Amino acid sequence: MMENIQKVDLTKIKPYGDTLNDGMVQMSFTLPVPYGDEANEAAKQLAEKMGFDDPAVVFSKDLGVGYTYFILYGKCTHTVDYTSIEVPKVDMEFMDREEVEEYIKKYIKRDVVIVGACTGTDAHTVGIDAIMNMKGFDGNYGLERYKGINAINMGSQVPNEELIAKAIEVKADAILVSQVVTQKDVHITNLTQLVEMVEAEGIRDKIILVCGGPRIDHELAQELGYDAGFGRGSYANHVATFVVKQIVERNLI
Amino acid sequence: MESKLNLNPRLIDSARSAAKNIAEDVQNFIDKNTTVAVERTVARLMGVDGVDEIDKPLPNVLIDAIKEGGGLSRGAAFWIGNAMVNTGKTPQEIAEMVSSGEIEITKLPIADENKIMEAVYETARQTVERIKNNRAKRDEYLNTLGEGRRPYLYVIVATGNIYEDVLQAQAAAKQGADIIAVIRTTAQSLLDYVPYGPTTEGFGGTYATQENFRIMRKALDEVSVELGRYIRLCNYCSGLCMPEIAAMGALERLDVMLNDALYGILFRDINMQRTLVDQFFSRIINGFAGIIINTGEDNYLTTADAYEEAHTVLASQFINEQFALKAGIPEEQMGLGHAFEMNPMLENGFLYELAQAQMAREIFPKAPLKYMPPTKYMTGNIFRGHLQDAMFNFISIWTHQGIQLLGMPTEAIHTPHLHDRMLSIENAQYIFNNARDIGNDIEFKKDGIIQKRAQEVLAKAEELLKEIEREGIFSTIEKGKFGGVKRSFTGGKGLEGVVEKDEKYFNPFIDLMLGGAR
Ligand code: B12
Repeated sequence: MMENIQKVDLTKIKPYGDTLNDGMVQMSFTLPVPYGDEANEAAKQLAEKMGFDDPAVVFSKDLGVGYTYFILYGKCTHTVDYTSIEVPKVDMEFMDREEVEEYIKKYIKRDVVIVGACTGTDAHTVGIDAIMNMKGFDGNYGLERYKGINAINMGSQVPNEELIAKAIEVKADAILVSQVVTQKDVHITNLTQLVEMVEAEGIRDKIILVCGGPRIDHELAQELGYDAGFGRGSYANHVATFVVKQIVERNLI
Repeated sequence: MESKLNLNPRLIDSARSAAKNIAEDVQNFIDKNTTVAVERTVARLMGVDGVDEIDKPLPNVLIDAIKEGGGLSRGAAFWIGNAMVNTGKTPQEIAEMVSSGEIEITKLPIADENKIMEAVYETARQTVERIKNNRAKRDEYLNTLGEGRRPYLYVIVATGNIYEDVLQAQAAAKQGADIIAVIRTTAQSLLDYVPYGPTTEGFGGTYATQENFRIMRKALDEVSVELGRYIRLCNYCSGLCMPEIAAMGALERLDVMLNDALYGILFRDINMQRTLVDQFFSRIINGFAGIIINTGEDNYLTTADAYEEAHTVLASQFINEQFALKAGIPEEQMGLGHAFEMNPMLENGFLYELAQAQMAREIFPKAPLKYMPPTKYMTGNIFRGHLQDAMFNFISIWTHQGIQLLGMPTEAIHTPHLHDRMLSIENAQYIFNNARDIGNDIEFKKDGIIQKRAQEVLAKAEELLKEIEREGIFSTIEKGKFGGVKRSFTGGKGLEGVVEKDEKYFNPFIDLMLGGAR
């Protein structure tokens, strides 16, 4: 029996339903057309154009304003080469709190100053608090708790100007920015503006710039000119590790 | 109603009376002060609207002029009335003259006081009449068309574009929604003015403007008639322009308003003096206009733990109730808020949620309780999210909640898409129908988990309220007792807009709406 089961070819992977390479995908979407047979047909044709074989509309529903909702299955015809994938991420062994504290004592020998805020019109504080406040998140203490780190959390709705002014005032080693609202790409505009302002102040090479939030990843952060980006499930020790290592690597001691 | 939770009525009374004293204490402060937002509202209610050539709203132009002239402590009504007597013009024309620099409103000769009063009250009565008519119109719709069954299905639209919102709102109504809330754009609560005209650009929501209110109310009236069911419209009466939004809502027949006494302080860092004075006038208007207010206790549970801090929600409900009573809002219009926000991994979490929802029902029997869905523990797993929402719906029908803000499976991802709303409405309708009378049939075991949980939360809330009663609300907030958020008496935004009243201060709308016959 065993020999009848195909082996996975990592250079050509496709979705799995109940048999290797069956390509099964479930999806749902709405089309701006009235409910009926024509609508179902439109959904099917669209799925074919998306690269699905044998698409089947298994459910559709009238949304009330001449729009229709569909649930479909289809067999994906494309494959991806898994072996050639490279994802930019903050690639390092994260130290825990004690290790970070030890590292600061040994290599930096002074307090590390970190200023953080949720900027622009964004009023979400839970994310930045999770990273910075004493209490931390999910049983992981925040930066305020770290010996050797002076963490200043400015809260939310902080204008970029104020954040930078504070960073200059306290001679911060790192600025941490949180962005949670991403609708219409407000976060991009906001994050870009901060980088431009930091550059205009002539302090870009003296400071470590880190951003975070549920829709942020390292790749995006780097594209926008940040040193690192942290998404969902990040903890204070991740950022702390990154910051202290950067200080040493970039010789900002 | 017989208590299924075996709650101690003496504790409830004691909590309520502590809350009453807390509100009274603050009321003494409120009565001594006014704000730029309150005075802009008076201007609006006297008919001032529109913007100047740089898009600054005329109510702001007028009130800024009075403030600069050092006259705000007498109230805008006095200066507008005086200008009316002096010039024979309408408040709108006067605002335009102030804007163009034709007159300096605080430098006009002071006319006879009786004449000023006469002019002010005549204008004010017309507006009050218009709001009364709106109320009558709503009642007429409710009597002729009828309405959905409780819990009302409440959904949000948030495209940023009022015309796109209309499409989404009409679709939601057709799918079964009873209340449509147009979420406001992120930045609006911190604007110290209300934008003007129809708007098509917002982030995470749409600007609240009087024109947008009008456009949406008209669209919902159309769909109400088509469906034979009155669809209510909700907006956000919060931020730096609380009473102005209330006035606009009263003028355009909104039906529901988010309107919390403390939300702006805790979650938008608005100065506490400012918010408390603003909320009072906003609630007078909402009460008079027959608008159901929704308080925002659910928000505490986004920054604090829902199990640990449940008593702060109840304490805040008691306080919100007393503030609302002070502003003349009847219990039937108090949509006191709470939320289903416990960690879904908590063993027996459902029982605790059930206990708390039933507790709110028993303590505020007439209030159309506003129940908020899980948000904090929603994740990208939309399938589990749909289940979490189902659990929430089940409790709502079981405990007879009044307004059900439907949870969306995609809560952790984006503001609702067209079909997200349909799936949520379907979820609620299925459960509400399938378990309609469960609450009437099932009782809770004496001293079981559910009874004990409710009793414990009530006891802790009563204790907290007594502590606040001793300390005063201002210092309680300074210590971070609500939502774990600390705010200082003189910190936050908008304090510069608070002005102490002169003894001759008057606001005709407080007289007419709070004292006036309903
Ligand atoms: C709680 C909450 C609120 C609370 C916020 C209270 C507060 N003081 O923070 C309140 C009720 C006030 C609120 C308001 C609004 N909210 Co809100 N809110 C949420 C909710 C439910 C949870 C967010 C949260 O606290 N997550 C928990 C934290 C710990 O997670 P996190 O933020 O992702 O943070 C982690 C990581 O991302 C990372 N991280 C975050 N920041 C940083 C920074 C750095 C430097 C680093 C290293 C790491 C890092 O580390 C953290 C720990 O692991 C989400 C929905 C959801 N379930 O996600 C919606 C949500 C984020 N909100 C949303 C919206 C639209 C709003 C409003 C704009 C609605 C409105 N129009 O009024 C307003 C915002 C107004 C404003 N000016 O910003 C949308 C955002 C949609 C989008 N993608 O743009 C969401 C997704 C809900 C939705 N589906 O509509 N909200």
